[in-house]
Amino acid sequence: MKALRFNWQIWAGFLLSFAASLSYPLIFVNWPVTRDFPWVTLILYVIAAVLLLVGVRRAFAPGRSRKAKIAASILATLSVVIIGLFLFSILIMARWLPASHGAPQVGQKAPDFSLADTNGQSVSLSQLLSSPINGPQKSSTPKGVLLVFYRGYW
Amino acid sequence: MRSIEQNLDKFRQAGIRPVAISVDSPDVNRGMLEQAGYTFTFLSDPNTDAIRRYDLVHAGQGIDGHDVSRPAEFLIDSSGTVRWANLTENYWVRARPEQVLEAAKALQ
Repeated sequence: MKALRFNWQIWAGFLLSFAASLSYPLIFVNWPVTRDFPWVTLILYVIAAVLLLVGVRRAFAPGRSRKAKIAASILATLSVVIIGLFLFSILIMARWLPASHGAPQVGQKAPDFSLADTNGQSVSLSQLLSSPINGPQKSSTPKGVLLVFYRGYW
Repeated sequence: MRSIEQNLDKFRQAGIRPVAISVDSPDVNRGMLEQAGYTFTFLSDPNTDAIRRYDLVHAGQGIDGHDVSRPAEFLIDSSGTVRWANLTENYWVRARPEQVLEAAKALQ
């Protein structure tokens, strides 16, 4: 009977909250389907929440020690904090982006620039637009350039 | 970045050259390219020259309060005119290659 006394639900709930939060930046951001809206992570949270609820109820059932109650309370609170932080950063903080009213709009001329490539060579937008793309069969002048601005590691 | 690399052949066929720009140094970019296996052009804008010109500065968001770029994508035709732009409102939501390739069909 001793093995049955182990409150695995509370631990599983806690570990799942933790794993689910990490799974988004480490795994699910790699595919647009799971990145644009973090639904996989949210489903995992629902499962975690159910486990936590069952775990807490078990810990507070008659005959349980005070230690079990305290441990369950701590784990449940930590899980809620982890889930809350994740949801805040993904659903709210991710929208804290500057408005960029001055960004070039469709139909406008793209501002030229000259920046260093990975070899330290200076490359301008006009060069990017005019130098040929090396294709598998033939090289040809590009029809266009896709500029992808991103945050970087800084 | 990964989705661009995976669709690089399609971009080439469409005549589109993808170029990534961030404040990272050429050294950091080179390391990342080697690690991630990216083969398209990565440019360094440590002083946010181009990033400022495109009004994309996200002030103080980097490590040590460095200015960085907010995410954004622009498709520019051979005359240097912007033909399609995507200024996301959510850091995690970026342009998908299909959207860019669709927009690229209109280019001469």
